[in-house]
Amino acid sequence: MSIESKEVPADLVAPGAGSAGPPPGKRARGTGQGARGGAAPYLLILPAALVTVVLLGWPLVNNGLISFQNLNPRQLIQHVTEWTGFDNYSGQLGSSDFWSVVLRTVLFTAVNVFLIMLIGSLIGLLLARLGKRMRLLLMLGLALAWAMPVIAATTVFQWLFDARYGVVNYVLDQLGWHSMAHYNWIGDQLSTFFVIIVLIVWQSVPFVAFNLYAATTTISKELYEAASLDGAGAWKSFTSVTFPMLRPFFLATTFLEIIWVFKAFPQVYAINQGGPDHLTETLPVHAFVEGMGSQHFGVGAAISILTILILLALMAYYFRIVLKQEEDEL
Amino acid sequence: MRRSLLGRVWPGATAVVLFIGLVFPVYWMFATAFKQNKDVISEVPVWFPTSPTFEHFAKAMNADGFWTLVGNSFTVTVLAVLFSLVIGVSASFAIARMRFKGRKSTILVMMMAQMAPWEVMVIAIYLVVRDADMLNSLVPLTAFYTIMVLPFTILTLRGFIAAVPKELEESAMVDGCTRRQAFVKVVFPLLAPGLMSTSLFGFITAWNEFPLVLILSKDPSAQTLPVWLTGFRTTFGDDWGATMAASSLFAVPILVVFLILQRRAVGGLTSGAVKG
Repeated sequence: MSIESKEVPADLVAPGAGSAGPPPGKRARGTGQGARGGAAPYLLILPAALVTVVLLGWPLVNNGLISFQNLNPRQLIQHVTEWTGFDNYSGQLGSSDFWSVVLRTVLFTAVNVFLIMLIGSLIGLLLARLGKRMRLLLMLGLALAWAMPVIAATTVFQWLFDARYGVVNYVLDQLGWHSMAHYNWIGDQLSTFFVIIVLIVWQSVPFVAFNLYAATTTISKELYEAASLDGAGAWKSFTSVTFPMLRPFFLATTFLEIIWVFKAFPQVYAINQGGPDHLTETLPVHAFVEGMGSQHFGVGAAISILTILILLALMAYYFRIVLKQEEDEL
Repeated sequence: MRRSLLGRVWPGATAVVLFIGLVFPVYWMFATAFKQNKDVISEVPVWFPTSPTFEHFAKAMNADGFWTLVGNSFTVTVLAVLFSLVIGVSASFAIARMRFKGRKSTILVMMMAQMAPWEVMVIAIYLVVRDADMLNSLVPLTAFYTIMVLPFTILTLRGFIAAVPKELEESAMVDGCTRRQAFVKVVFPLLAPGLMSTSLFGFITAWNEFPLVLILSKDPSAQTLPVWLTGFRTTFGDDWGATMAASSLFAVPILVVFLILQRRAVGGLTSGAVKG
């Protein structure tokens, strides 16, 4: 995950700061504020609202409008607007290419999120078991992987998996897998995906591990003691104490990861531009390559609207989970 | 006996293995950047830069327009963070301290805006910016980076502002301050850790941004470091030493910022939580 996408709803990052707000029922004591409160809050919010409408709202609306147009370099240069109704959409929805990209994106997201949640949770639990010094060491490693900028990480992974002088091929060859000696990772669909997945999992695991560890520290020790008195082993105490207590955490984090991986762009694009032969294009990359690369702006916009719709559905579910937990806080 | 020894050893051993796996890509970037060229391209990897050299760094820094790109990256990033702080502080104050109609929906919109799929909106943004005749300029980049950072700024600052005891503000107002003065003199100084961590997060976001600048700035004079870095290898013909030096130069500010952030942000959070 990019650091950019690592932005988490403030309440997940800063539970202390987020939950320290005043209780909702308690109204401000100053009554003078009630009279002035009429316009003041709106004036304070106005700049933020304006920026959001102009820079986020307008491009979104525009995206919708373009998706109903036949917009190619010719129309762009001659400044003509050709409305084509739902042509771009029906073209996409009727093409097997589009559906194979959708299927590929879903599979790609599923594999990534499964690995991220599994490895991240295991490392988080390990952090809770370690002694102080070892925990600090592991946390340092996690922090470094987390902090590494996406584009720098992508470049480093290209070097690690380089066909001729890459370390990975050397190690595989030494381990006895000699056909890998000069293997060209980005020459094949599956092996390109393998590199991208290792990259994304490496970048995303720290977030899950840190959060899970932080969350386990909030579970009271007595619950574990009670469980072990009842003869529970490590696995049993995870399934009967840790998981039920952290269920909301697991749900929210899984959905965040799904959203992030689904829209991941720099990693997929920078490794091999969606190649070989368009075979590693996920939906965001596909929209980009169709819209910007081939300059079929209308078609690209339609793909991007379809992608946004899928994301909105995911987000709606995510917000339902998160808002349920924080209802009183809003 | 043997079992309990094993039980004590395996978590530590696993931690060491994981540490190596997590750190290796970062280590390899720096190690390659410092290695002699013959050690970079050798059939058997040279694991440590035994005779370190700065030639790759020199090559990256002397590349055409490198300092322009550094300047662009810093300009765009710093301005975006500043703008979003100015806009964000007032909005988050209203959300944290005032009750008004539409407050809940403002928070919801901000939460959604934070997850806005910018990567997928590049086509529309390209056409909007093109219509405004602003391609190859730092202005649209600054503007869009501001809005990318803004929701996080508002949502985080809201938590920090809410954590400042209301009584402090009220007693300042009893002492004759206006509400504005009370905010500037009492609340604002207490927000320092919050401002610190939000601006550092903003810095990281804007510094890393790639898809937008990729399409808005074809002209190198208006590009930022991420675009340069992805094109570096092609330009320099698989010169891995120089490419890793370039990556290191790009990553170091973020690694530094991140280490500061870890300490400060944790400090900010605990001081926010003391209120109880």
